[in-house]
Amino acid sequence: MTYDVPVAPGEKAELEEAIEGAIDGWPMWEVFVRARRGISHVHIGSLHAPDARTALENARDVYTRRGEGVSVWVVPSSEISAFEPEAAAEYVEANEKVYRLATTYDIPDEVGQM
Amino acid sequence: MGTSEERFQAIVDAESKIEPTDWMPEGYRKTLVRQIAQHAHSEIIGMQPEGNWIGRAPTLHRKAILMAKVQDEAGHGLYLYSAAETLGVKRDDLQELLHQGKHKYSSIFNYPTLSWADMGAIGWLVDGAAITNQVMLTRCSYGPYARAMVRICKEESFHQRQGYEILIRLSNGTPEQKAMAQDALDRWWWPSLMMFGPNDSDSTHSEQSILWKIKRVSNDDLRQQFVDMTVPQAGFLGLEIPDPELRWNEERGHYDFGEIDWGEFWRVVRGDGPMNRERIEHKTRAWEEGAWVREAATAHAAKRARRAA
Repeated sequence: MTYDVPVAPGEKAELEEAIEGAIDGWPMWEVFVRARRGISHVHIGSLHAPDARTALENARDVYTRRGEGVSVWVVPSSEISAFEPEAAAEYVEANEKVYRLATTYDIPDEVGQM
Repeated sequence: MGTSEERFQAIVDAESKIEPTDWMPEGYRKTLVRQIAQHAHSEIIGMQPEGNWIGRAPTLHRKAILMAKVQDEAGHGLYLYSAAETLGVKRDDLQELLHQGKHKYSSIFNYPTLSWADMGAIGWLVDGAAITNQVMLTRCSYGPYARAMVRICKEESFHQRQGYEILIRLSNGTPEQKAMAQDALDRWWWPSLMMFGPNDSDSTHSEQSILWKIKRVSNDDLRQQFVDMTVPQAGFLGLEIPDPELRWNEERGHYDFGEIDWGEFWRVVRGDGPMNRERIEHKTRAWEEGAWVREAATAHAAKRARRAA
């Protein structure tokens, strides 16, 4: 298929390798775009830039070439904190408390919409 | 809950998505890094064949369209490098591997663009084949790759339509213009069919990729889909597809078509296509000549940070 260039007979598949002496480029920024007024900024991707202003300008060119947004945020990727994946078990437990869901309560039809 | 591997496969089988922090088999990660990097490189190298005609576009309008299209290709490359980075590789390493010739990109970009009609044929056929492939990839099991594909597919539609429109104009123009359109079709048809890769019987990694839902449809099925879609479009242009074996097969409900020249296919993959060397030389030169811009931006950022401190 198009972007899966096959390995030619007798050749080896490309290696994934760290290049010695390759520049450790600019810091990475996460990009959030508000598509239109009334909705939240949504994460759309990332990019590299030397500073916040350049990151914003690049984000505009890379992610909003067709009016995809009315507002853009960029945040240094290193400033984002998240739970470790193992903590996902806690979300499973949260799901077990079904009494938190409105649909688990029986309201007779004659009461009407509630 | 079973082993990590069972949980992973259960998510994939349920048509849910694998996200960057999830456990994944090393083979899955490696396959994705290789494929997403090749895809990103293809978008970046893909700017060259069309960039070749920006200065010679026949009208200001066509020039503006072509610049917007080439800018889109750059954007697609950046979306894809961004997706690759979620798998723990560095963008600068990937780029360096491309420059060193250790990473490949789609062979289609190793063919030269000899006339203005090639801008039409690339949009119609090359981007058409890319769409066929990428629509499938919007359903890929790896979240960041699938999301990049959704954005790319929206933009590819513009690419294909503007290309086909160029050919409509040329096909309805002077006899010389129509001949130019036919010549472009003659040269781009077979390389476009090659974009779908080896026949399924010779495709080594396909089975595992389909099990992992990285790939959803086989090479031959995608190629057939592309041929069935494209043949009537050539008919509308009044152009002839350069394949004497091409005919409608009533029984199969598909077009039959001739055999690809696999010798040529492997030659270009190995690096002996008409433009392989020029493409990498040009890419490397552009990177080196842009060094002062990157250095200046870094110095400027440092100065502003000092002043703000």
